[in-house]
Amino acid sequence: MNSVLEAKHINKYFKKPLLFHVLKNINFKIKKGEFASIMGKSGCGKSTLLYILSTMDTDYDGELYLDNKLISGDSKDSLSYLRNKHIGFVFQFHYLLSEFSVLENIMLPAKKLGEKSFQEIEHDAILKLKMLNIEHLLHKKASQISGGEKQRVAIARALINNPSIIMGDEPTGNLDSHNSDNVFNIFKQLSNEQNLSLLVVTHNEDFAKRTDRIITMEDGKIIT
Amino acid sequence: MVNWIIILNIAKIHLLTKIKQTAVAALGVTFGIAAYITLVSFMTGLNSMLDDLILNQTPHIHVYNEIEPSKKQPISLYETYKNSFNIVHSIKPKLSQKKIHNALPIINYLNNDKNVKGAIPQIKASIFYIAGSIELGGNITGINPLEESRLFNFKDYVIKGSPEDLKNTENGVLIGSGVAKKMSLSVGDRVQISTIKGNIFPLKIVGIYQSGIADLDAIQSFTNIKTAQTILGENKNYITDINVKLYNIDSALPFAKKIEQQFNLTAVDIKTANAQFDTGTSIRNLITYAVSFTLLVVAGFGIYNILNMLIYEKMNDIAILKAIGFSGKDVQIIFMSQAMIIGIVGGFLGLLTGLIFTNIINTIPFKTEALPTIETYPINFNPWFYFIGIVFAIISTFFAGYLPSQKAKKIDPVKIIRGQ
Repeated sequence: MNSVLEAKHINKYFKKPLLFHVLKNINFKIKKGEFASIMGKSGCGKSTLLYILSTMDTDYDGELYLDNKLISGDSKDSLSYLRNKHIGFVFQFHYLLSEFSVLENIMLPAKKLGEKSFQEIEHDAILKLKMLNIEHLLHKKASQISGGEKQRVAIARALINNPSIIMGDEPTGNLDSHNSDNVFNIFKQLSNEQNLSLLVVTHNEDFAKRTDRIITMEDGKIIT
Repeated sequence: MVNWIIILNIAKIHLLTKIKQTAVAALGVTFGIAAYITLVSFMTGLNSMLDDLILNQTPHIHVYNEIEPSKKQPISLYETYKNSFNIVHSIKPKLSQKKIHNALPIINYLNNDKNVKGAIPQIKASIFYIAGSIELGGNITGINPLEESRLFNFKDYVIKGSPEDLKNTENGVLIGSGVAKKMSLSVGDRVQISTIKGNIFPLKIVGIYQSGIADLDAIQSFTNIKTAQTILGENKNYITDINVKLYNIDSALPFAKKIEQQFNLTAVDIKTANAQFDTGTSIRNLITYAVSFTLLVVAGFGIYNILNMLIYEKMNDIAILKAIGFSGKDVQIIFMSQAMIIGIVGGFLGLLTGLIFTNIINTIPFKTEALPTIETYPINFNPWFYFIGIVFAIISTFFAGYLPSQKAKKIDPVKIIRGQ
């Protein structure tokens, strides 16, 4: 089966304030088009795992494969490029650049990638906005829109480079149930219609139950 | 690969949203550069004015016959006393003539040398100015007025009349302003002078000379070479001094040595004669640069501070940029380019302000007896100062921006994102 993301024997230690074994021999795969969620109690290491999978945290032992290619031990610059091209991010707190307009925020990763012309990028960005029903926000500043809207803008930004996988760190953690549903439906739709892989860390059981697969973690280990 | 358009765009938005802080940081640089330009232009202007006061009218090499005792006294030539210790009391200077032997061929020879801009003869003599029964001691120098003007700016120091008038008037004299004042003389009057030998000679005053050095102006007069020869009762080849101006002042010392050896005369170069001027100039320059440097360092700390603050405020932005695929280097360049924009904009404004300041100073009246040619404060408009100024602005902002941007480069996005 075609796996998008694969982790083999991932171990991580926190060295401060005390030596602490956070992640213990983690092994799992995310298949193409799979919508997976990671659940677990606070402190079980699920966010830590996500940031390792995201390539932002490089301080771990083990092997990480993206599109069947080993990426552990790559240089920071090439990891930045991978993140830019293959991974989309949605955080708990929207994390938009507040001084930039919505459109600019969405276009930023594509401009950084630099594979398309400005017109093409703008066209893509507007398509994504339409898909998420927020095209009316186009020229607003990111600081002037509501929380639910921000999260949708963040999703649009995550999609702009057509990544292999989208990762979310409690993307609905800060939203009311209406907006949570909204975000879930968007994810579900992406997974179904565009065969996009998704990996979401969440506390929300309802949210997790509706995903294809739940990965449960406890004390730094994957239980199911 | 660095995508400059997008990086500069981010830098621009950061700077524009914090326009007040940006302006303050840029003004720091502007102030530093403007002060540097003003200071250095004014100081070097003053310096060169003071130097010109002496150096312009001083020949690069002054050739004359020194009156001095013989280095070898006759007794040392005796074989008999060769091994004894001889003491000679009351040594007199060697009897030699003041005139330079073969002066005219030497002048010709010097004028044909490719390093020499001009070599001109002078006749120096001590005289008395006679006013009724009073005799005032003084000097008269026979010159070629037009050549003196050409080579030694003689014209600048003639405050009434002109060197041409002297050349065109037989038995004319340019009298020192101090002498003229003492004897209540002015242009058109006659003055009687007496040589040391006692010959009395009437001269017509065609102009007033003022060097700015009062002691000199109280004794000095100038006349034509021919008139000087007549006064002294000497013939046409009587020349006491040769003044040489070179194209390159730095070759004065070796050239003077060469003349001494070749013609067996005394030749003094300008550096030896005026060593104190060099010292004064270099110390004044040192002070100017020390003050300017301090100002720019202070401006640099301002930029450092503001960028540091900006980076703390933009922690989230930095984390996002890194999360969506900007490398540490990209982030560093974003903040470096902000520093450089502040430096370049502030620097150019500083050059402009400096230019305006110096132009204003240049119009402020500054009149002094000592400097008849100066009417306003002197400013040295040297393009090099502007070049150094902008380079300095860019370098100092580079260093001020480097440390904070290095910090931004190293920020760990996971810590920021998880810390919220």
